[in-house]
Amino acid sequence: MAQHFTQENFEQEVLKSPVPVLVDFWAEWCPPCKAFGPIVEEVSQEVDASKLVIGKLDVDAAQHIAMEYRVLSIPTSIIFKNGEVVEKFVGAMTKEALKEKLAAYIN
Amino acid sequence: MRDVIIVGSGPAGWTAAVYAARAELKPIVFEGNEPGGQLMTTTDVDNWPGDVEGLQGPALMERMKEHAERFNTEIIFDHIHTADLKQRPFRLQGDSGEYTCDALIIATGATAMYLGLESEDKFKGQGVSACATCDGFFFREQEVAVIGGGNTAVEEALYLANIAKKVTLVHRRDKLRAEKIMQDKLFEKQAAGKIDIIWNHSVDEVLGDQTGVNGVRVKSMQDGSTRDIAVTGMFVAIGHTPNTSIFEGQLDMRNGYITIRTGLEGNATATSIPGVFAAGDVADQVYRQAVTSAGFGCMAALDAEKYLDKLGLAG
Repeated sequence: MAQHFTQENFEQEVLKSPVPVLVDFWAEWCPPCKAFGPIVEEVSQEVDASKLVIGKLDVDAAQHIAMEYRVLSIPTSIIFKNGEVVEKFVGAMTKEALKEKLAAYIN
Repeated sequence: MRDVIIVGSGPAGWTAAVYAARAELKPIVFEGNEPGGQLMTTTDVDNWPGDVEGLQGPALMERMKEHAERFNTEIIFDHIHTADLKQRPFRLQGDSGEYTCDALIIATGATAMYLGLESEDKFKGQGVSACATCDGFFFREQEVAVIGGGNTAVEEALYLANIAKKVTLVHRRDKLRAEKIMQDKLFEKQAAGKIDIIWNHSVDEVLGDQTGVNGVRVKSMQDGSTRDIAVTGMFVAIGHTPNTSIFEGQLDMRNGYITIRTGLEGNATATSIPGVFAAGDVADQVYRQAVTSAGFGCMAALDAEKYLDKLGLAG
């Protein structure tokens, strides 16, 4: 299941995670985000969480984090590894495309 | 194998589904990459007949989907990337499977267009956006530009005027294509100093650095002179392009839009291949309204039903 990141748990769950983390930046009012949400959820169920963690961050509730990582368009997905941004993709994508992007971090 | 497959989930797709399902054709709907279509990024819909006080685009689409679901419509969340209309049954290839049908209703709609500038592409997601509803939030109390002169551009400018410090609308012509009532609202905001309008200018370049957009260079359509406006966001609303790439070379098209039969003889939504019907913005570059798309969706379902009936396949 996709995790829910917040202002409070972001450092612990994302930045200090021992494995890479994909964060889906989204908001309630953003239709493409709502289309992308179920895709993120499905992929999170198929990916081994001991290799890659997948979660969502509501930019409305965690504005500072969105600002810090210069998220100016949603949905945006960022992959963090050892606390650093390693990849950033803007926009929704298909399940296949997302899985392809993540493949490099799973093996 | 199905009687009818409907590709697309805007007003045309869902209306086709309601009619096809009520005709007991057990339609499948593929929602596609942008479920709900363009209305999902439209805030206020004030011209949907019967909804006197207006309503929100996403709410309307949710209701249409529920309506289709009420009558036995199967919804499959898959992305169709290849269509083979040369053989029968028609074959659709998705990421997760292959689907076949005797009649196909194409309601894939149209997608927001970008200007096509290299600098624009570079700053996508870093200040360049095609969805004010999604991204306006990030430009609170900042100055932004909206590019275009149609309904979408005016609507985005009005929406952003409530969030941003100032909005500059840049339009290539000396008058707007937007509905009169929208223009009036825009000119009111202009008089109030919230919106600036730059007429007869196009975007020459998006300016910025590693932190994102910091300006837009606009060019006069009259004398070619340029000037820079300082903005941190640029919202592009210059129109739409039909989603027909998977049907290219198979169906007759004009400017990328699928040509349909129209006329007085019925079968008005028929394309150049019998059994393939098109409805909504994918086959209409003139009216492009929620209500006209819904109307075409209804016609396509009725046309498909008649077609299947003749084949002796329906029911």
